[in-house]
This record gives sequence, structure tokens and C-alpha cells, in this order.
Amino acid sequence: MSFKSAPMTTIERRADKGSLFTPEIRAQIDKWVAKYPGEWRQSAVMWALRVVQESNRGFLTPELMDNVAAYLDMPPIAVYEVASFYSMYELKPVAKRKICVCTNVSCMVRGSDIVVGHLEKRLGAKLGQTTPDGRWTLKEVECLGACGDAPAIQIGNKYYENLTPEGIDKILDELE
Amino acid sequence: MTDETLVTIEVDGRELKARPGAMLIEVTDAAGINIPRFCYHKKLSVSANCRMCLVEVEKAPKPMPACATPVANGMKVKTRSPTALAAQKGTLEFLLINHPLDCPICDQGGECELQDVAMGYGAGVSRYIEKKRVVSDPDIGPLVATDMTRCIHCTRCVRFGAEIAGIREMGATGRGEHMKIGTYIQSSVDSELSGNIIDLCPVGALTSKPYRFQARAWELTQSDAVGPHDAVGSNLYLHVRRDKVMRVAPRGNEAVNECWISDRDRFSYEALESTARLKRPLVKENGKWRELPWDEALDLAAGMLKGAGAGLKTLISPSATLEELYLAQKLTRGLGSSHIDHRLRQGDFRNDASPALRWLGMPIAEIERLDVAVVVGGNPRKDQPLIGHRLRKAAMAGASITYINPCKFDLNYGADQQVESPAGMVKRLAGLAKAIGVTGELVANAVVDDQCKALAGQLKNAGKAAIFLGNIANAHPDLAVLETLAGRIATATNAFFGFLQEGANAVGAQLAGAAPHRLPGGKAAETQGKNARRMLSDKIEGALLIGADPALDCWDPSAVRQSFSNAKDVVALTAFRTRSLESCANLMLPIGWFAESSGTLVNGQGDWQTFAGAVSPIGEARPAWKVLRVLGNLTDVEGFDYQNSAEVLNEVRAACEGVSLDNAIGEGCLDVQFKEGPLTRIGYVPLYAADVAVRHAPSLQRTANAADSALLRVNGATARIYALSSGAPISVCQGNGEAQLMVCIDEGIASDCALVPAGLAATGGLGPMFGEITLEKD
Repeated sequence: MSFKSAPMTTIERRADKGSLFTPEIRAQIDKWVAKYPGEWRQSAVMWALRVVQESNRGFLTPELMDNVAAYLDMPPIAVYEVASFYSMYELKPVAKRKICVCTNVSCMVRGSDIVVGHLEKRLGAKLGQTTPDGRWTLKEVECLGACGDAPAIQIGNKYYENLTPEGIDKILDELE
Repeated sequence: MTDETLVTIEVDGRELKARPGAMLIEVTDAAGINIPRFCYHKKLSVSANCRMCLVEVEKAPKPMPACATPVANGMKVKTRSPTALAAQKGTLEFLLINHPLDCPICDQGGECELQDVAMGYGAGVSRYIEKKRVVSDPDIGPLVATDMTRCIHCTRCVRFGAEIAGIREMGATGRGEHMKIGTYIQSSVDSELSGNIIDLCPVGALTSKPYRFQARAWELTQSDAVGPHDAVGSNLYLHVRRDKVMRVAPRGNEAVNECWISDRDRFSYEALESTARLKRPLVKENGKWRELPWDEALDLAAGMLKGAGAGLKTLISPSATLEELYLAQKLTRGLGSSHIDHRLRQGDFRNDASPALRWLGMPIAEIERLDVAVVVGGNPRKDQPLIGHRLRKAAMAGASITYINPCKFDLNYGADQQVESPAGMVKRLAGLAKAIGVTGELVANAVVDDQCKALAGQLKNAGKAAIFLGNIANAHPDLAVLETLAGRIATATNAFFGFLQEGANAVGAQLAGAAPHRLPGGKAAETQGKNARRMLSDKIEGALLIGADPALDCWDPSAVRQSFSNAKDVVALTAFRTRSLESCANLMLPIGWFAESSGTLVNGQGDWQTFAGAVSPIGEARPAWKVLRVLGNLTDVEGFDYQNSAEVLNEVRAACEGVSLDNAIGEGCLDVQFKEGPLTRIGYVPLYAADVAVRHAPSLQRTANAADSALLRVNGATARIYALSSGAPISVCQGNGEAQLMVCIDEGIASDCALVPAGLAATGGLGPMFGEITLEKD
């Protein structure tokens, strides 16, 4: 045998794709599907998951992932693999605001422990938890690629860098 | 490949020739140079993720994985240099970080690839003192046990699912330290080949559930066997401890089963210990069964058989051994009868005048090289799983596969599934024949549609094409017409023509002469006896049943009930005590099954595969060939003085001298006899109902495959006509029989048809596998 370089086999392509998701979501996914060769529909899986996650209060359910699988003609387990691999996908309900704290090497040597400690104290939630009032979710993530200005966190689509406890308080106060 | 196209490499100072593009590990494996590996498997794609096979390649800056390094001319490789060994030892240390070091309590201990490699490359003491990872164990069904903390993430099971089984059920979810192999959501692994992941798993993460903690590898002795359920004749190893079969594993044979076996062949050994096994001879006296000693039982049996004499009807399982089949026909014919048949589920015998000695029509290994294949009435994926696998390989390589069936099946590759009612199947085949240019009475009036034209074009233009008749065609009431048409299509298009026959020894049965129109060597019988269907159309006085459970193994259970209702002299040689045997038989003699008897099975491609008995028969059971020999002696039939089964085999061999298998039907029947009613039954025998032994294998009966078989399947349109709703109970009536089933709406079923399974206790009271049925709601 050699390396496998063909798309994953699908036995029966789902014909009634029109019944999956809303027309808006389908249009967004289709935009990404169009960027790949026809038989590589499944290459759009990451963007499809992102679009679907955003439409579902920031998290994915097995049913939604199954629908993504059906829409992109791939086995459901292959979608679960992608969704569970990347830290930006949530597989359980999360708060409206999600703080992603980088604890990789650069952030660690520049004091991510202090950032984590301060966030946990202020929010009253540990890494991986949601605050009792359900407003914030604190999450540890791998490298955010912001090493030049470590330590860094990500809230929504925005990066906050060169953090100190005071700086964090200011950011959170503004967002509260 | 000529010598010039090969490249030359040097491994550990040895010069080796290799095919350009081959991976280094293939070349070293072929040369017998051992490189440790976990993720590499010759039948799976290369993933190169375990890193155990790192070797030193000259001019490469760092060690290279042998499984993912293509050979190049002049390459110099060292597999045991200090660099290579350091890389291998380093990899193993990392692999052992999270792997428990508790081999004594692991089911794989003693036959574990990781354990073996750790002996060669591991350190004596682990330097790792931190916490190890713990992974919860998912329940993936009744066949495969999981112990996922032991998993080393080689992904062989994942690749097996995607590439061989064709349904990707398992995957690697999570990342890094959190990566887990499993199904993510709670679900069972339902492939008919799932047991192979037990062999593939290099550690104790996936093990056999029925065998779990039953024995240690070093306590087992190994003997050869042959798959007893289908026409593949998979080569098996039996692992035996203290006269008991503990498990079954595949014996590699590229021409037959490669390195795989079906779950049916792997787990059916459990039936050997079934509580339904018959252990002592039993006689029916005033409706009650009484145990009796063998000598009395044999005298009684001989008396019954002699009494039946020329009226004796012999029904023998198509999975019986060649020796049993041969002796059964010799005994039957010796007593003056010619009524013997093994074709218990065949629906039509009008082509018995043809000289055909039916077989697969081509070597099993060639199926994967077909460009076009047409399967008429069959689902090889479930009926002959490893032939299904070969067809899948062909499809993956670009072959177009077409099915002409009364229902759609869940396939593991893309195929054109043309769904027609039973009568429609005949019409479609006639249309195909006409499109190809075959002439004849039935063909002349056939309708040729675009699908027929397209398929005809495929068959005509294919380099290598084949047309197969499967189990559904075998039970079809117009089998003779299907055969004749398919044969003519194959001849006209120069395609292979083959039969996927029921049972493990249908070819052997024809060669042994266990059919009313065949003598040993497949010669035409001068006095033709009654076939299986005709035997059951009259009252039976005396009969000999061998290895068959009449109600569930025959085409028409209601005919079995009626014909046997007043029978006085019915001797059953059986390994299992079943309800229908209790009602049909007057005397039951316990025989050995599978590993308990020596014998020969002839598979679909005509391989004579002989095996020795591996364990003693249960209780007082005896190998069936010995029982038949004694019955031959007691009934004074000539020529029953065999000392061993090899003598019987030699006699069959002598009779088969110069005989070759041939599917040419000759003239053939083109007279359509089946008339459809308002609602037609499609009888299909589910995977784990195929024969009496499988029906008594407990783990297989607990699988999802077995669980969803007792359903009445109809399509939405038909369901509306009869106001059926999914999941509702329904009474199915056929003739004077009735069965209670659940409704399942399945759009793959032909209109005005209902798929009502056969071979199940639930439908054992119904009539023929194909026929008119009515529905009654409770």
C-alpha cells in the first residue's frame, strides 16, 4: 500500500442537502466549498463547522456535526475528529463571551500563569469552566501565534496582548 | 517486471532488488530483515505515525521511517546501526510512557507486538515516574472488547474501517495527550468484518470479547480449519486448549481470504458449546424424547432407513463436508432411492437437465481486477463477506458494479443498484440480454430501457467483466430463467459467469453427487430422483436429514411442516437439537460440527481444502462420516468399509478425475413461471441466520446485524396502500402460516413487495421464500 491521497469514500451522497441548515448557512458553507476541487468538498469542513458553531450560540452538537458530515459527503466520525482536535470548536455549551488564554511556551515565559491566576480569581471559574452567572467561559488554548506580544488572550475575534492583571481588569470592565 | 526496471539498494550490507516506488519496509520484509513496526500493515495505507520503524539511510540528515521511505537506486540503509537503534529505542520509550506496564493482567499478554518489541528495544526500567494517561473504554458491540488505556494510536483499526471494511466507524478524536481512538458517540462497530481489528491491534486495546480472559496464548495449540459458512472457504486457525476451541483466527491465503476473515467465521465457534448441542442419541416415543445408547440407536436408524428403502428422502446441508455428502448419496442410492439434495433453499430446478457444474466461474482473487461486475439477486457483502470485499476492491479501483435485486442493500462502496420486483428482475435481465443482442423467445419481447442499454454498453466494452448470480437468485422461483439469461449475456459479452452459492460446500456437493440429477464426479444420473422442493411437496414416509434444520434451512417451511406431519421413519444426523427437528424427526443422532470432524470443503473457486478434526465431538456425538459409514454397514449397502475419512476422500477424488467445473447452462429454460400477487414476499436470509450453527452462536446473535433482521421491510408507497407505520407490529400470512414482525419503512424495497427474512425462528412458519403474502393488523 502507499499513502492515501484520495478523498474519504462516501457510500451514499446525501441527495436532499437542501433540508440541512438554513439557506444562509448553506450559502456561507458553499462559498468555502467552491474554493476546492469538486471531489474535495470535505476540505471545507473547518469553515463549515465554524459557520455552524456561530449559528448555534458558539458550540457544536453531535447532530450538527452529523449534518455537516452529510452536507460535505464525509463520514460523521471524520467531522468529530476535526471538531475535537481544534480548540476553537466547542463541543459543550459555552458562555456568550469566551476568553481563550494561551499558555504555550512564549506566553508561559512572559507570565501566562499570572494571567490565568488573575482571570480565575476575578471570574470565579477555573480553566475550562463557565462562570456561575453564565457570562464568561475561560479556556486554555494552544499557541495563538501572538508570541511577539506575549502573554496574549483572545476574546471573540479580538486578540489582547502584553497583558498585566491591571490590563485584564480594564479589558473585562469594558466588556462587562 | 524485468530485472532492468528494478532498483538496487543495500540494506545492512546486503544487496536487494526492489520495485521502484516500493516502500523500504516492503523490501526488507520480503528479504526477511526485521524492522520493528506498529502502524505499518501491508494491506493498509501508510500513515507513518508510530515512528517505530526508523532506520538510518545514508545521506539522509536524520533517521527515516522505513514504512514511508520509497526505495531509490543505490540507497544504503542500516537497520541496526547505533543511530537506527537509538531512534528505535527512543520511540519505544515514548510509546511506553502512557502504556500500562501490567502485561500479566492484559489479555494480549504473551502475543503482543508491543511486548515483543519492548523485549528487543525497551529499557529494563522505565525512567518515567509521572502520571499516566487513563482512557475510558467504549462499548463497541458484542464482538470486540476495548481497553483503550493500552492504545498506542497506531490507527490500524481506523484505517481498516475506512479502507477495508468500507465504513469509517472508528476515528482518532481529541488532540495530543487527549487523543482517543473510538467512535466518539456511543455506537457499536457493525461491519461484517469487524473482528479483524482484533488481529490488527498491535496491543491489548482491542481484543476478542468472547475469548477475553479465557486462555493465554502459550496454552493454545494451533490447527488448521476452513470457514464452514460460505463459498469463500476462508483459511482459519483454530486455537485449542484442553480439547476445546478457544478462538478462531485467520490463516493468510492471498488466493482466498488474504489475511482477513468474516465475523461469522471468527465467532461461530461458540456454537460448538451451545446449550442446544445434541449430546446423546434421542428417539421419539409417544411424542416424548428418550435417550438411548448408540448401538440401539444405530440399529433403529438402520431399520428406519431400510424400511424407507426406495422412498427414502435425503436432505443434506450444503455446508456438510465432501465426505459426508458423498457417503450420504452412496447410502441413499445404495438403499435404492435417488432422492437426495443439498439445494435446500433453491427455488427452481428446471435447469437440472443442463450439464452445468456450478461454481464461482473465476478465481476469487481475480474479482478485484474486474472492470465491470453485475450481481443478479444477491448481496455478497453479507452473504459471502470476503467476496463482497473483493468486489469492493474492484469498485475502489474504478470498476462499475451493478446490482439487480428486489431491494437495495447497504453497500460499502458506490454501485448502481437497480431495484426490481422478483418478476421485474427477470424482465430486466431479458432487456439487458436484448440490448446486448441475444436472441430468443423471452428476449424478443423484452423492453430495453436506457439502464439496460447503458449496462449492455459497459459489459460489451469492458476488458474484464463478470456476471454473478447470488443467494436471492438461488431462491428465486424463476432461477432457471435467470441462469439461462445470465449465461447467454455472459457468453455474448465474453464475460465471466459465476454462482455465489449457498453454504460452504455447494461445489463439493455437486462433485460428490449429493443431488438427484448428479452422480459422483458430477456425472448425470440415469434415474433422476426428486429435488429438495419436490421431496417436500408430497407426504414423507422415511427421510434422512443431515446437518440441516428443515424449517429454517429449506425454501418452504410450511411444506416441511406438511410433508413431515405423519412421517414415521425420519433419522436426523444433527449437531443441534432444534424445534423443527423435534417435530420432523423420529430419531436424532448427534454428530460433530466444524472443528469436531475431519473433512473437505470445496469452495466457490473449486479448491479442495481438507482439514483434520481439532477437538473431540461434544458428549457422545460422532463425526457424521463415521455415523454414515456404520449406517452403510448396518443396512448392508456395499462398499462402506472405510478406515478413515481420507479413504472416502480418495474415492471422491477418483470419481472426479478429469472433471472440470463449468457453468455453461446449454439450452436452458426460458419459461417464466412466477406470477406476482398484490403483495410479494422477498425472502432473504440474514447474515447471522445462514445456517443452524450461526443461529446458535450467542455473540453473533447479539450483534446489531442480527438484531435488525426480524423486520418486515416495505417502501413508503406500499406502506401507504396497507396503512403500515414504521415500528408497528404486523401479522404476515402466507399459505396457512403466520409470523409476527415489526414494520420497517425502507425506500430501497421494490414496490408491492415486502422483504420478509427467512432462516429466522420468527418466520419459520411461513411458506416459500418468494410468494404471495397478506398482512393483518392486530
